[in-house]
Amino acid sequence: MTLPGGFELVVAWRFLREGRMQSLLIVVGVAAGVAVVAYISALVGGLQQNTLDKTLGAQAHVVLSEREDAVLPSAAAASAVAGTTALVQAMPRAQRLRSVANWPALVPLLEALPEVAAVSPMVAGSGLVLRGQAQRAVTLAGVELARYDRIVGLSGRVVAGQARLGPGEAIVGRELAADLGLGVGDRLTLAAGSGADAAQDTARITALVDFGVRELNRRSVVVPLREAQSLLGLPGGATRIDIALHDVWAAPALSARLARGWPYLVESWQDNNASLVSALNAQSLSTAVIRAVVLVVVVLGIASVLVVSVVQKQREIGILRAMGATQGQVMRVFLLQGALVGVAGSLLGVVLAAGLVKAFTVFARGGDGLPLFTITLPPGLALQVAVVATLCGLLAAVAPARRAARLDPAQAMRL
Amino acid sequence: MNASTEPRPLARLEDVTQHFNVGRPNEQQVLHGVSLELHRHDFAALVGPSGSGKSTLLNVLGLLERPSGGTYELLGEATQALDDAARTRLRGRALGFVFQFHHLLPAFSALENVLLPVLMRDGRIAPSWRARARELLASLGLAAAEGKRPGELSGGMQQRVAIARALVLDPPLVLADEPTGNLDTASSDEVFALLRRLHAERGIAFVVVTHDPRLAARCDRLIELVDGRVRRDGPTGD
Repeated sequence: MTLPGGFELVVAWRFLREGRMQSLLIVVGVAAGVAVVAYISALVGGLQQNTLDKTLGAQAHVVLSEREDAVLPSAAAASAVAGTTALVQAMPRAQRLRSVANWPALVPLLEALPEVAAVSPMVAGSGLVLRGQAQRAVTLAGVELARYDRIVGLSGRVVAGQARLGPGEAIVGRELAADLGLGVGDRLTLAAGSGADAAQDTARITALVDFGVRELNRRSVVVPLREAQSLLGLPGGATRIDIALHDVWAAPALSARLARGWPYLVESWQDNNASLVSALNAQSLSTAVIRAVVLVVVVLGIASVLVVSVVQKQREIGILRAMGATQGQVMRVFLLQGALVGVAGSLLGVVLAAGLVKAFTVFARGGDGLPLFTITLPPGLALQVAVVATLCGLLAAVAPARRAARLDPAQAMRL
Repeated sequence: MNASTEPRPLARLEDVTQHFNVGRPNEQQVLHGVSLELHRHDFAALVGPSGSGKSTLLNVLGLLERPSGGTYELLGEATQALDDAARTRLRGRALGFVFQFHHLLPAFSALENVLLPVLMRDGRIAPSWRARARELLASLGLAAAEGKRPGELSGGMQQRVAIARALVLDPPLVLADEPTGNLDTASSDEVFALLRRLHAERGIAFVVVTHDPRLAARCDRLIELVDGRVRRDGPTGD
């Protein structure tokens, strides 16, 4: 009786120790289950985070812009003569570049929202980059660099030069620079508009960046807000306001709230990446199914071993009862066995999962020799899985424990 | 014996009946109106042919079975109305058990087996209890065996450990079901002599179920059951 703890813990521990092989097997079984659940959760979590980082790295979480121009049916057409039916067909309008009305006042309002991490006004429109005989169609983005940087982390994406955006300076995508044979310090000509609105300007390249998406690298030119305003013919305007959030999953709620309250078009990243979101959801759902199935298997495994143990130990249960053990004490002995198996299996399982995570980062590498993506086993996740597995152990023990407690002592000893 | 001068009995059964499989085709009445009293000075043999109801009577006495009818008082407490927890408490306070198969727990050492009832009752083992269990084992000639597991002990030694366990909480009444049934003659004599000694030294009452007429003859009182009825109850020599 060297163990701390009362009668139940001492007897539970000794019973488990007595059936050493049986206990070891079930602990290893629980550990395997815990390792699978923890590893899959870490892997899918890492994969999703990686996908999100790649997707969201180059875009805002919420974008606010002016609502599209719509054609309203004329009043005459709408009020048709009584007894007649009016067939009205409205042609959709060609959308022009428009500034978000009153945007300078919106920026501080948005910044004051608790879920908002950063706000950046932008003028975006299509343009051309000219260099000698070559020309490329591009997206001109006029930004205030300090603000924009907080949305897409531009300075962290610089592959050459230095992220700087003074007057007459531009940052271009890596592939675009390669296409046009441009380097840091080179000048390029930017053109936008047509006819009377045509405008042209030159800029010196301060940095080449990698947005993480090839198409963006091939089409992006970032210039100071003012220059884009004048090139695109929107003096003092901003075509959109980019918003970054602390929690990316809060985007739909916030955009819905803003769209309800304000007369603007507000879109979340989920609106613009519906297929990605449904893929992530499907992935999360299948992970949840796998976790649930594994946990059910764990519960059944522990329960079956404990049921066998109750049968094996009927005589001992009978003698304990005859010696004065209450039904509650016998029940707790078996519940504790389930919990102990759960705890031991969880600890071993978390160690195994950490090993698997480590093995993944060491062995699963892409063609460039770098890890495919980083996965970690956050302590919170490990703790959560361990607690759930321990509860499963306890749950699995309920039926066998009740059975043990209900054994008739006289009958149990006769067996 | 004069009932009026006799102190209150440890146990008193009155008109106790026991039926099994009530309402089924194989319904069976195992005890038919058994009445008897057990006192502190008793060292009684409970004898009878197989199927006479000895084990059932012992289970009823041990609060391991509820009788179908009649009354059973243990330490002056009527037991019929007690719930399971109260019966368990009373059992722990009033009774010690020794079984034919010692029923020691194989996962515990001899000393730990003896201490289990204490741990069960108190939730911990105070040093004084440990000392008492050691002393008890030593008085039964088991000082050297206290750290050994039951599997490492001979049959006679195992039974003596079981006796020590039955005595550790100092119960006034010990129920022994064929305590020597599984032992050779020498060990059997040794264990029986030990029970007699404990009765004499500690004033513990014993009820010993036995098939062995030799041992029954060495008890003070003989209770004979036949077909679930007490056929004879009196001093052994009669």
